[in-house]
Amino acid sequence: MGNVERVMKDVKPKQGGLNSEIQSRIGHQLRAMYDDVVRQGVPDRFAELIRKLDEPGAKAAVADSTPKTDGRD
Amino acid sequence: MPLTDSLRDDILASVPSLRAFAISLSGNGDRADDLVQETLLRALANIDSFQVGSNLPAWLFTILRNLFRSDYRKRRREVEDADGSYAKTLKTQPAQNAHLEFEEFRAALEKLPQDQREALILVGASGFSYEDAATICGCAVGTIKSRVNRARSKLSALLYVDGTDDFGPDNTIRAVIGGSGG
Repeated sequence: MGNVERVMKDVKPKQGGLNSEIQSRIGHQLRAMYDDVVRQGVPDRFAELIRKLDEPGAKAAVADSTPKTDGRD
Repeated sequence: MPLTDSLRDDILASVPSLRAFAISLSGNGDRADDLVQETLLRALANIDSFQVGSNLPAWLFTILRNLFRSDYRKRRREVEDADGSYAKTLKTQPAQNAHLEFEEFRAALEKLPQDQREALILVGASGFSYEDAATICGCAVGTIKSRVNRARSKLSALLYVDGTDDFGPDNTIRAVIGGSGG
């Protein structure tokens, strides 16, 4: 115990030396969650959006097609 | 710079990680995709202000983060509602350990203060340097480091240390698991 965990001072580990294992689990879960979405690739709606914006006159479309935010505050 | 083919391709290539970031921030897939769409529209409308050779993903993430922040302020009440429906979802799910662990992790992540959550995701999942994350969040590098450290400590406390008083979902999950046996 001791100086290794200075960063984690407000955490009280059940047993000494557990924190680096915990940190690696957290890192692993974080990346698993994130990569799960990354692996879905580019949904059609975004590929189409970019393609449409490439067409002539697209500048006006950019102004028009801001996504639905309802305008409700 | 003008929108060249290669810049357009690079923007499209950033979409998967923009979505992952948006979902991690908002915890809601539909809203996340709206955020990504708005980010792309903003980026393309302001493409002239993008500097050649600068970090495109960091620029796009900055736009998305700022949109999320302004959106979040408007929708804070809805977010609280979402917590309620989240608990309901849990009860309908049988105890599949891997899935539960994943949900438990997501729930803990959502409990972090927003500053800490975004810093942890940018550095720990998106793979940005502390410097890039600081640029995206508009703060000092030291601030990012301290937010990431606090986020990790808090997640440890929420997920792996017994005796934390304020972690509702964890108790809910335990109740679900324990409850299935009677």
